[in-house]
Amino acid sequence: MKNSLLLGTRKGLIVCRRQHGNWKISDLHFEGVPVSIAYADERNGTWWACLDHGHWGVKLHRSNDEGRTWAEVNAPAYPEGAEIKPGEAATTRYLWSVAHGGVNNPNRLWIGTEPGGLFRSDDGGENFQFIEPLWNHPSRTGWMGAGCDHAGIHSIVVDPRNEDRLLVGVSVAGVFETTDAGQTWAVRNKGMFAEYLPDPESEVGQDPHILVAAPSNPDVIWQQNHCGVYRSVDAGANWQNVSDVHGIAKFGFGIAVAHDNPDQAWVAPGTSDEKRVAFGNALCICRTDDGGQSWQTFRKGLPQEHCFDIVYRHALAAAGDDVVFGTTTGNVFTSNDRGESWDLLSNYLPMVYSVQLI
Amino acid sequence: MPTVKFTYALRRFFPSLKDTEVSSESLPDLLQSIDAHYPGIRTYVVDERGALRKHVLIFIDGEVINDRSTLSDQFSENSEIHIMQSLSGG
Repeated sequence: MKNSLLLGTRKGLIVCRRQHGNWKISDLHFEGVPVSIAYADERNGTWWACLDHGHWGVKLHRSNDEGRTWAEVNAPAYPEGAEIKPGEAATTRYLWSVAHGGVNNPNRLWIGTEPGGLFRSDDGGENFQFIEPLWNHPSRTGWMGAGCDHAGIHSIVVDPRNEDRLLVGVSVAGVFETTDAGQTWAVRNKGMFAEYLPDPESEVGQDPHILVAAPSNPDVIWQQNHCGVYRSVDAGANWQNVSDVHGIAKFGFGIAVAHDNPDQAWVAPGTSDEKRVAFGNALCICRTDDGGQSWQTFRKGLPQEHCFDIVYRHALAAAGDDVVFGTTTGNVFTSNDRGESWDLLSNYLPMVYSVQLI
Repeated sequence: MPTVKFTYALRRFFPSLKDTEVSSESLPDLLQSIDAHYPGIRTYVVDERGALRKHVLIFIDGEVINDRSTLSDQFSENSEIHIMQSLSGG
């Protein structure tokens, strides 16, 4: 059982601990500073805080003692000559995803950024190498921003069976795969349908909001997409839309997958992309136990009126029987029965960007 | 030597920050020199291309610099250079 919770929020990194079955806020780091991702590396216990100082740029901090002390390390930086488009220099705007590189590469760390660059460290985060082949992918000139000025990499899924193989999710472009640690890349958008494009089946231009691999079967990848919930059973080669045709599990940002069941996943539905509020102004979580063939909606313990919350893409997490989510209006709810009932952890926190159970 | 003065907001990250005299002939050189006094501070002021961050201002003797991209504005040996933040966000 995981008994700690890291929340990356608009006003700092908030740590919660479970004591005697109850979650309590225990610590605050980087008070007042937006933390786009708070990430604990399960291999070695290192904590990472991706900061988005409004004035002073993005920064990366590392703690080897669970937050007692922090050290700033060099954040990923675009090399001289990298351009978003001709004449517009690329600089790191936002740190949007962090993933460790697997147990066989203990010093490897991946970071995805806006405006669309992927970085790899092979020395524990001391230095980051820009992955030029993805940046130079011929499709990149057609990548678009979604809610921000430029495209960004929000998802990094490392295959534990072959740690040089990963999928990245780009908004707005789609899913890309490398099998050689970033040297070559292939588009993996087959089966996605972008309702907002003139050609909805365009090879590039899809909008995955988040990718999550099933811990118990790395061939099963779940995706909350702008246009529905998708699932792949062949490691991203093909995608099936598993949205709830008659229900509400369709639009959203976050998705979580059970550690022990590749067919069980949770989503946090929102009302369409035009409004982006809680569905019916009521909070709920939907769960499938059969790979997306059917969905149940759970509301017990969640407010059912006047809710405007959206659950951001990194703010829904599951581990064991625990499911946790944080919202744009600062609500955090926890469940210890796989989402069937919920307890309020706090309803007056800052906007929540990321949630991780550790 | 020109004197560099800093917004109080930077003291949060560099607690020992104080008015600092540095021998430099250009703003990029001056920022490198300041970085030697306060390691890491340069990245708070300019991005990886050396351009002034969007919500940061540099004043030379009370005048906002013009060249935010390459920081080519000139100053004299007795100049006062302020590194400040814009009051963006209200």
